[in-house]
Amino acid sequence: MSNETSTPTLPVVTSAPEAAASTPREKAVPRVRLRSLDTLWFQVGGTLCNLACSHCFVSCSPTNHTHEFLSLDTVRQSLDEALELGVKEYYFTGGEPFLNPDMEAILEVTLRQGPASVLTNGLLLDAARCRRLATLSESSDYSLDLRISLDGYDAESNDPIRGEGTFERILAGARTAHDAGLNPVMTVTEVHASNASARGRERFLDLLRAHGFERPRLKVLPVFQIGNEAERTGAYASWQRLLDDDAPPDGWDHLQCSTSRMVTDQGVWVCPILVNEPGGRMGQSLADSLESFPLGHSACWTCHVHGVSCRT
Amino acid sequence: MSNRIPEDAEQKQRRAAAHRRRYSADERERMAAHRGMATWGERLVPLDVFHDAVHRYGRALGADEAAAERAAFVGAAPDATPVEGPYSKIAVFGGIYNNSHALEALLDEAARHGAEAIYCLGDFGGFGPLPERVWPLLVQGGVRSIQGNYEQSLASGAEDCNCGYADPRDNHFAALSYRYTAENTSAEFKRWMGGHPLRRRVRVGERELLLVHGSPRQINEFLFASATSVPYLEVLLDQERADGLLCTHTGLHWHRRLPSGRDVVNVGVIGRPANDGRTEVWWSLLEERDGELAVELRPLAYDHQGLARDMAREHLPQEFIDTILTGWWTTCLEILPAKERSRSRF
Repeated sequence: MSNETSTPTLPVVTSAPEAAASTPREKAVPRVRLRSLDTLWFQVGGTLCNLACSHCFVSCSPTNHTHEFLSLDTVRQSLDEALELGVKEYYFTGGEPFLNPDMEAILEVTLRQGPASVLTNGLLLDAARCRRLATLSESSDYSLDLRISLDGYDAESNDPIRGEGTFERILAGARTAHDAGLNPVMTVTEVHASNASARGRERFLDLLRAHGFERPRLKVLPVFQIGNEAERTGAYASWQRLLDDDAPPDGWDHLQCSTSRMVTDQGVWVCPILVNEPGGRMGQSLADSLESFPLGHSACWTCHVHGVSCRT
Repeated sequence: MSNRIPEDAEQKQRRAAAHRRRYSADERERMAAHRGMATWGERLVPLDVFHDAVHRYGRALGADEAAAERAAFVGAAPDATPVEGPYSKIAVFGGIYNNSHALEALLDEAARHGAEAIYCLGDFGGFGPLPERVWPLLVQGGVRSIQGNYEQSLASGAEDCNCGYADPRDNHFAALSYRYTAENTSAEFKRWMGGHPLRRRVRVGERELLLVHGSPRQINEFLFASATSVPYLEVLLDQERADGLLCTHTGLHWHRRLPSGRDVVNVGVIGRPANDGRTEVWWSLLEERDGELAVELRPLAYDHQGLARDMAREHLPQEFIDTILTGWWTTCLEILPAKERSRSRF
C-alpha cells in the first residue's frame, strides 16, 4: 500500500487491513466504531476559499483544488442515503461554502430534511444573500445556523492570521447576518492562547455586544497542527499519537468520528479534519463508510485530548 | 462597443490591483504553490498523485452489499425492558430540578385529570433549592421514574452532572447547581435514585411508548425540536420497535407526529419555565382517544414566588431566581439551536 514517491513525511492514516495488521506498532492503533450517523458533513466549498489563512489546517486558498465544490446532485445522493441511515443534522464547510454557486439550492433541499449549519468566513454575506438565507430559515421547521470565523478581537490580532482587512469585513458580514435575523455563532480558534481564556471569551462577547449583537454566540476551537498551521507553529511531535492503552473506560464514543462522516467531491471521509489525508477516505458512498476507523493520525490525539467537536 | 474594450481592460487592471492589495506576499506565495498541486498532509503533491492515492483507500461496495450494510447499521436494537400498562391516560414530566412546589402542583393536576399513572423522566435535582423535599413527594405520589443524568451522577458519586453543555459559562452554572444538590442530598436518597431504570416501556391504549431521559442512545443527548430531523426519529423508533418516544433533558417541550403516524414528545420540565416569558412550567398528558394517542402539552402554574424565596434563602444564584420570576432563561443558552435561541430574551 505504501508508495515511497508519494508518501508524505507525516504518519498517514490508513484503513487498509493489511497495513493495520502488519507490525506491532500499527496493531496498537485503536479503532473507533461508528455507533450512529448523527452528523453528516459536506465539504461543499472543496478546498477553495477566497482567503488563504495562515492557520488553516486544510490549507484552503483561491487556488487549492485538492477537493472541488460539491454539486447539488452529489449532495442530493448523500441526503437520500442519509434518510435511510437516520442522520440527525447536516454541516457545511469548505473552503468557503458560499463560493459554491449551488450553495443556496443545497441549503434549500437540506432544510427539508433536517437542520443545517454553515461554517463560513462571512465575507460573502451581503444583505441580499442574508435576506434569502433568512427566508430559507423561516420556511423550514429546522434551524439554519451560521458559524462565522474570527481569530482576534481587533484587526491587529485577527488580520495577520486571516488576511489584511478581514477583521472589518468579517464583522460587517456577521452584522448583516444578524440584522437579517440570522444570529451567527462566532467561531474563534486558539491561535492566540488568550482566545480560550475566560477573559478572552468575555472580550469577544463584549466586542459583539458593541456591534449590536444582543445575544452574542461564541464557539472556541483548538488548532490542529496540520496543513498551514504546521508551517506556522510546527507539526505534531511523534509522541502525539493514540494507542490502545489510551482508551478511556467507555471506549472512544466521545470522539466525533463515532457519530459523523464527511462527504467531499472525492468520496466519504472519516471526519472534517483529515480530508487532506488519502487514508482518511472510507469509500464512495455513506454505506462504504459505516465500518470502524483506525485512530492513527496525530490529529486524532488533539480530538481526544481536547475533547474536540467541530459541531456547534 | 468601441469604447467598452479599454474600459474592461481598466476594470481588469483595477481588479488585479485590488487582488494584490488584498493578499499579502505570503498569501500570494501560498496561492502560487497550490496551482496544479494538492495538499497531502503538510506536503504538496501533483493533483493526480493525490487523486490516485485517494482511490486506493476506502471500500467500494456493490449496490446489494451497500443496501445490506445500511440495513444492518440501522438494525433493531434488542431491548428486554418489561412493558407496563396498558393505561388509557398517563401524566409524564421531567426535570424537577428540586422544585418541590411545582411537583406538589403537578401531583394535584395529574389526579384532577384522572391520570392512571404518573411518570417522571429524570433529573430530580439541580437548579432549585432543598433537594430532600422532592423525595417524599415522589414516593407518596407513586411516581414511576427513570434516571436522568443527575440521578446517574449523584448515585455514582460522579464529579459533575454530565449535563452535556459545551460552553464554559453554561458549565460554570451547571457545576454550581450540581455541587449544591450533591452536598444537600442524603446518601439514602442518592442510593434510591440509583435504583431506578434507565428506560421504561409503557402501553397507552394500543401504543407502546419508550420513555427515556435524553434519547434512547444517550442519557444526555439534547433533542430540540428544530435540531432533530424526522428521519432520525423514524430510524430510532424502528430500531427500538416502539410506537412513540417520550423524552426530556432539553427543558423545552414539543410534540411531533411523524409521517409514520408515531409520536415523539419532549414532555417538558416542571423545574423551571420554558424560556417563553411565562412563569408556568410544562408537563404532558397522554390519552387513548378513539384508538388514537392524544398528546396534550399543558402549562402548570405553581407557587413560583415561594420557590424564589426558598432559592434566595439558600443563596442560589440571582440568575436562577430571575428565570423563575420572569420565565426567561439566563443560563444554559449556548446549547440552543438557532430557532430556539432566536426566541430567547438573552
